[in-house]
Amino acid sequence: MATYSTNEFKSGLKIMMDGDPYAIVENEFVKPGKGQAFNRVKVRNLKSGRVIERTFKSGDSVEGADVTDVDLQYLYNDGEYWHFMDPQSYEQLTADAAAVGDAAKWLKEEAVCQVTLWNGVPLSVAAPNFVVMTIVETDPGVRGDTSGGGGKPATLDTGAVVRVPLFVQNGEVIKVDTRTGEYVSRVKE
Amino acid sequence: MAASCWRPGVDPAILRLRAELLARIRAFFATRGVLEVDTPALSVAAIGDPHLASFATVYSGPGSRYGRTLYLHTSPEFPMKRLLAAGSGCIYQIARVFRDGEAGRLHNPEFTLLEWYRVGFDHRRLMDEVTELATELLGGRVSLAEPERLSYRAAFQHHLDLDPHRATVAELAVCAERFGVPIPPGMPADETDPWLDLLLTHRIEPRLGVGRLTFLYDYPASQAALARLRPGDPPVGERFELYLDGIELANGFHELGDAGEQRRRFEAENAARRARGLPEMPLDEHLLAALAAGLPDCAGVALGFDRLAMLAAGKQSLAEVLTFPFERA
Repeated sequence: MATYSTNEFKSGLKIMMDGDPYAIVENEFVKPGKGQAFNRVKVRNLKSGRVIERTFKSGDSVEGADVTDVDLQYLYNDGEYWHFMDPQSYEQLTADAAAVGDAAKWLKEEAVCQVTLWNGVPLSVAAPNFVVMTIVETDPGVRGDTSGGGGKPATLDTGAVVRVPLFVQNGEVIKVDTRTGEYVSRVKE
Repeated sequence: MAASCWRPGVDPAILRLRAELLARIRAFFATRGVLEVDTPALSVAAIGDPHLASFATVYSGPGSRYGRTLYLHTSPEFPMKRLLAAGSGCIYQIARVFRDGEAGRLHNPEFTLLEWYRVGFDHRRLMDEVTELATELLGGRVSLAEPERLSYRAAFQHHLDLDPHRATVAELAVCAERFGVPIPPGMPADETDPWLDLLLTHRIEPRLGVGRLTFLYDYPASQAALARLRPGDPPVGERFELYLDGIELANGFHELGDAGEQRRRFEAENAARRARGLPEMPLDEHLLAALAAGLPDCAGVALGFDRLAMLAAGKQSLAEVLTFPFERA
């Protein structure tokens, strides 16, 4: 893998530190009036998601991380692993629970997800921003209430639970924003 | 490239502000009898400081058929001292200077320096004048409390509970850990200055000049640069820096006039360059000859004009006060 000089630092650049892949979030060049210049960076650990601060002497180099984002189609879960397929090459990849994380509850078969690969292995999975799900369980709401105020919990076919307006009923299909976990609208089939 | 990239990055109010500040600087020095001068930007010699990188270019033409390397100045210091040695009296210059490798929120590879020299002043008296000029230029735009002066040692003691003149590398590393300063890979085990720079930039500078002008003065002898040393325990460099809102605005010296000592420092800088694998720089023999002929006792200071304009305009980055920042130059 290539090495990057601090002169190539910019947000989004993927680098290796302490054996983990990181993405640069922020990069600032600092220099005292006279003396050593530094690059102060905020970096996100691509495994844990945690953001930390690091500093490099300006001009030094750091190893790049082989991290790429690909769009893969979700196939199925075998109880332990989530299986994905590259729609172009039909190559199949498996992701473990650490990589899938919270996205698990939004994954429906055939959904196309952005998967981050590190050395060719799924490191993290992002569910599509919006998913369409069926409500499998919710308390009967009050007929005629269309205000959406209040709301009630609803369990979806993947097991995810979202708050929905009172008028939404069992068996209905809804659209959810996976980034916030919020109900967006009903979907007419 | 976007079609609008030809446009300046600043609005007309910033252009007017810059022009007004320049006019007020010239008026300030005119009333004090300080002479405006203009010195060359290109020289066969260059500054040796391993932390400064000079742009090099090649002159070919009459007098130089095969091409001769010339360096763009990083400050007009050397020729201005030659003028002083020749009896110019107090002088100032508003110069465009060039520094390779420096770009960021507060850095642009070319920028405008206001540099001036006062014959008969020491660094303390020059700090008074810097205060007067900065107050005049910023007053009415930025509210400033009484200026503050902190020795380099006092700043480290106050902010980090550490004596910068006596601390070892091991103690500096412990201090960095204690205050949550990330330690870069490859920090030297035998040199304290990079550690002091690390602590200064990460923990002290952001806390200097909060709502007031803050001067740091009396630097470690190893960071004296072109300042004279004042004997003592420890000896210190009679150098100062000015900060406002955590931003370094100016660097000044009670100027070193000893040609022998200046040559030793230049040679030590080139030795440090060799050790780091950096190109050595040709010594400025004209400056050394001028010092040997006799530099009047004087103090000098360089003030970053663009940073001053940025603070006067209440902006956060140099790009907001440069007509065409580096990326679009």
